[in-house]
Amino acid sequence: MTVTGLRCRNCGKHYPIEAVSICEECFGPLEVEYDYEEIKERLSKAEIARRAPTLWRYRELLPVERDESIVDLKAGFTPLHRADNLAEALGLKELYIKNDSVNPTFSFKDRVVSVAVSKAIEFGFDTVGCASTGNLANSVAAHAAKARLNCYIFIPANLNLGKIIQTLAYEPNLIAVEGNYDDVNRLCTEIAGYYNWGFVNINLRPFYSEGSKTLGYEVAEQLGWQAPERAVIPVASGSLLTKIYKGLKELEVLGLIDSADTRITAAQSEGCSPVTTAFRTGEPIKPVKPNTIEKSLAIGNPADGHYALKVIRETRGTAGAASDPEIIEGIKLLARTEGIFTETAGGVVIATLKNLVEAGEIDRDERVVAYITGNGLKTQDVLADYLTKPPVIEAELDAFRQLVEKKQEVVAW
Amino acid sequence: MVTVRLATPLRKFSDGKPEIKVSGSTVREVIENIDREKPGFKERVLENDEIKQFINIFHNNEDVRFKQGLDTPVAEDDVISILPAVSGG
Repeated sequence: MTVTGLRCRNCGKHYPIEAVSICEECFGPLEVEYDYEEIKERLSKAEIARRAPTLWRYRELLPVERDESIVDLKAGFTPLHRADNLAEALGLKELYIKNDSVNPTFSFKDRVVSVAVSKAIEFGFDTVGCASTGNLANSVAAHAAKARLNCYIFIPANLNLGKIIQTLAYEPNLIAVEGNYDDVNRLCTEIAGYYNWGFVNINLRPFYSEGSKTLGYEVAEQLGWQAPERAVIPVASGSLLTKIYKGLKELEVLGLIDSADTRITAAQSEGCSPVTTAFRTGEPIKPVKPNTIEKSLAIGNPADGHYALKVIRETRGTAGAASDPEIIEGIKLLARTEGIFTETAGGVVIATLKNLVEAGEIDRDERVVAYITGNGLKTQDVLADYLTKPPVIEAELDAFRQLVEKKQEVVAW
Repeated sequence: MVTVRLATPLRKFSDGKPEIKVSGSTVREVIENIDREKPGFKERVLENDEIKQFINIFHNNEDVRFKQGLDTPVAEDDVISILPAVSGG
């Protein structure tokens, strides 16, 4: 057993391992603590290399006690692509794409949910649930189906159709709530106080969020046990960003990498950028009302915003934002240069990276990793109006020749 | 009377009940009235007359930070929810 307990990140008060997420003294978030000396003895690069290519290869660093509790759809260990074409387009020397859009339900959320639903089973919950902007809904519904748990999922009613259809396929109790994500989250937090269910991102949040650390471990392992110089990470609640950094720091503590000297960089959409705005103005985070085509990052009141800001500042990172047209162009740029089709959150990452390179805030010589966390098939509705429609021709050779020759004439001219 | 819904860690101030009825004409007055009955409540929720960093207060489902904060007026049958801020995402 490598987990020692829970500790409040704000006031430091210790708690035993229970399905609680909030310090009763100060309401600060609780964080899982580990015995790193014990882990050091059990975990080596060679041992990790022998294990299956899923997030569970870092088993000792995840807060699940019993192997038989693990609900494993084989999430994790997704490809890290060297992205030379995109690097050239952006004027960077060395760029990698961590393509987490190829997880079992097509987003990084499978990492956090695999951990949270496994923990729900250990706690003896028969029902799991979540408040979601879409990707989490997909993942919780899938893992609950596999684990044969009851499932209640709450989403904003105006969500992308692709995400609603995918969720419905797993047959959870899906409830569409009028309002934005912050309304859904407020409602779910209230519901969690009335029902003894395992809400993955509410009362199971300390365990859930630990799953994101594996995105730090994997990138370091895939780079030959080195931290990147720069990581560009999409920010909604801020949890993913803080946990990728925690993951890198843990590898440093365990001696698996020399140093976690990564500049952590946040990417948000301009229509919902409370963390970037706070970073730029130096003021505390002010909640906003989201107004953007980017719905999966549209959290106006980010739960971990305060800690995300702290990490960005500590690591001498930065924070940027992208407008809606830039997000669309970001999706298209990644697709046409690297053959990777991402959802709007990935468009935010690529567009923000581009903006920060152009502004001189990211050095062209840095070794950069951009995190692509969701699949383009989920938000096709957003993109549809911005693509060139295919020409329609008769099923005749001449019709095709005419089309091609017309095109060539245009090019020649 | 206003209905006040309390997050689990605050239910020690409501004898374990998830919601209580309280009088008051602003959010601040409601909090002060609970504190009068159950001393220590205000200190848990407010710091220097501001809502603590890790707490969100909603009035009729709207974050009071988007309204008039602690001075937000409340009327009969309104609902105030006091919830942890670190949730979701």
